[in-house]
Amino acid sequence: MSNNRLASPGELEKLRAAILSRRNPNRRVVTVCSGTGCQSYGAKVVFQKFAAKVRSQGLEGKVEVKATGCHGFCEKGVVVIILPEEICYLSVKPDDVSEIVSRTLGKKEIIERLLYTDPNTGKKKAKESDIPFYNNQNRIIFGNNKYIDPKNIEDYISLGGYGALSRALSEMTPEQVLEEVKRANLRGRGGGGFPTGMKWEETRNAPGEPKYVIVNCDEGDPGAYMDRSLMEGNPHSVIEGLVTGAYAIGSHDGFIYVRQEYPLACENVEIALKQAEEYGLMGGNILGLGFNFKVKVHRGAGAFVSGESSALMSAIEGKVGEPGLKYIHTAIQGVKDKPTCLCNVETWANIPFIINRGADWFNSIGTEGNKGTKIFSLVGKVNNTGLVEVPMGMTLKQIIYDIGGGIRDGKKFKGVQTGGPSGGIIPEKYLDTPVDFDQLTKLGSMMGSGGMVVMDEDTCMVDMARYFIEFCCGESCGKCIPCREGLRMLREILTDICQGRGQEGDIEEIEDIAEVMKEASLCALGQTAANPVLTTLKYFREEYEAHINEKRCPAKVCKDLINFYIDPEKCQACIICLKNCPVEAINGGKDLVHWIDQEKCTRCGTCFEVCPPRFSAVIRSSGEPVPPPPPEGTRVVRKKGG
Amino acid sequence: MNQVCKTVKRTVGGYQGNKDMLIQILLGLQNKFGWLSSETLREVSKQLEVPITRVYQIASYYKAFSLYPKGRHIITVCMGTACQVRGAARLLDRISTMLDIRPSETSEDKRFTLETVNCLGCCALGPVVVLDGVYYTKPSKEALEKIFESAG
Repeated sequence: MSNNRLASPGELEKLRAAILSRRNPNRRVVTVCSGTGCQSYGAKVVFQKFAAKVRSQGLEGKVEVKATGCHGFCEKGVVVIILPEEICYLSVKPDDVSEIVSRTLGKKEIIERLLYTDPNTGKKKAKESDIPFYNNQNRIIFGNNKYIDPKNIEDYISLGGYGALSRALSEMTPEQVLEEVKRANLRGRGGGGFPTGMKWEETRNAPGEPKYVIVNCDEGDPGAYMDRSLMEGNPHSVIEGLVTGAYAIGSHDGFIYVRQEYPLACENVEIALKQAEEYGLMGGNILGLGFNFKVKVHRGAGAFVSGESSALMSAIEGKVGEPGLKYIHTAIQGVKDKPTCLCNVETWANIPFIINRGADWFNSIGTEGNKGTKIFSLVGKVNNTGLVEVPMGMTLKQIIYDIGGGIRDGKKFKGVQTGGPSGGIIPEKYLDTPVDFDQLTKLGSMMGSGGMVVMDEDTCMVDMARYFIEFCCGESCGKCIPCREGLRMLREILTDICQGRGQEGDIEEIEDIAEVMKEASLCALGQTAANPVLTTLKYFREEYEAHINEKRCPAKVCKDLINFYIDPEKCQACIICLKNCPVEAINGGKDLVHWIDQEKCTRCGTCFEVCPPRFSAVIRSSGEPVPPPPPEGTRVVRKKGG
Repeated sequence: MNQVCKTVKRTVGGYQGNKDMLIQILLGLQNKFGWLSSETLREVSKQLEVPITRVYQIASYYKAFSLYPKGRHIITVCMGTACQVRGAARLLDRISTMLDIRPSETSEDKRFTLETVNCLGCCALGPVVVLDGVYYTKPSKEALEKIFESAG
């Protein structure tokens, strides 16, 4: 294996030139997105079919088929891009492959059916860069995913990969690297927003050896998956950032902490590390420049609080992942009480760009105090679900409407949840807020690691608050009382409100408990756990009041406060609801009006979902009495032609 | 030497008996056995020379570990926020009713174990259910029946 070892920066450049010259720029490349999202849509089969078809048609010399990391437009998976034309095919099924090979690869025809359709104009867009989802973004960190097979280091090297590391080690002193990162004003992308350069410097200056550096890929926020996609799609960018950082900090040992729920990320990072070592970009005497660095991968065993820095460090030591006291920063006393610098996946992935293009370039993107881009996972009730990378300071409205394409099914926007369980829900009137660390915090939420869950009018905010509290209840490590008991109390009160047992004074009690948790909890999980409740109370108080005072759920979600019934005028006796009801609560039959037995009904909502929209006969109500069922045996009156 | 003892020895040896690797060792054993029996935990404690209380503390703290044997097929329903707003709770209810088991329970015939997870990171597909590693998006009652049937 040692024959691949690069012994100097010059050899890296030589290899890069050799890879590029081996590649015919006119050769076509079919890239099949193989992130977890697209894999769930069957990307593996699509890839295999492409490979087999290309082989059987004897196109191997002319066409390369590549499985890449996530392209971001997860809503329309499987995403296939054909280079160099950048033809972008969406929602590709295994059955489409033969046609793409024979028509697009063979005859250079474009298949209209697989292109993006602009929902407003109905026009087709052939290139990725013409699709609004992409062209409103600024994909710096994430943009290379579509060119890279994460299991092949040469792909990364061909795009200039490891150039920043080589430059840092050969042309810069550790102090200069540190200075560049400080000057770039990069802030930690994991959620805290702490200046990265300062963090590095603290560990660098702290007494004690060895010093450790850590990549935090314990992405636990539900609804956020950008770290996963970076780790899966472009692991070398994270590794290059890590080694460069280690050089600046003076560390020779690192850890990459990946949650085991992300098997593909674990697999790809292990392969990437092996290859980096084989090429002399990791391990002893990196690039022949005398710097040594080795890294171990740790799989997280599933605990949300393990993403907290001190808890993660005890997990690395093989202990229970509970947060410790923070009188002394982990930057000074971390793993095994040695100076330890922990940064998020995305933070590390920013480093090679800062070294390559300089702090001034980085400072030209973003707003005052918030520089660079941020990757968000735009999910929930939005049309274009996926991962988006935008400059800091873009407004919520631009992200949700221009990139996200607005709300699904023509529904009305109600709120957007940012920052995961520690964040809050922001209502419509603040949609023009620029998104950065500081602005969202002012609204009582936070940017966090970049989760953005869009909610429509069918979302009950009290139920959402209950959901987040329930989540934190399950994840609280139980070490400190305000968090453990406070969450339990909040859960009880919120469950009561959702189930129609809310009482006067509940809201005040919630506010009381939240205050104590904020002040007295040991770590950020407890201190911020009440944010979803506090923001919903602030912006959607009337929903709480409707639940408590009128026993009514305005969004018609809370099971104990709603009813389903069938409008006899609209029912066409199609038997669909009757067949699908899991508890056989629906009566009626062929040509007989259906009606719901309220005693048997569990309010699961299945009938409401399956009733054909052209009938819309199932009515969901809250706070009003249910009309009595029609006499048994009532026959359906069908209009002529109906 | 029995099977458990051998497997533990191999796993512990893979990490050179490093006590810091306790979590990684247990993850390896969980993957091999599908659960951690008291025999396994005792064996780890003995071979790694870590008190059984600490082994048990780790095994009971993290979600990835199960102290009970699981069914032949694992059904995982994602309860992440994105799935939640798209009806994950209804999906979980539906599966729970169909199989007559509650979350984290195993059916009497040991066929299925129903689990929930906080986020699988494939939010575009929500609500998502995973059966033995295969992802299904927004399955209807009929689709679920087929999926369960074909699992065997």
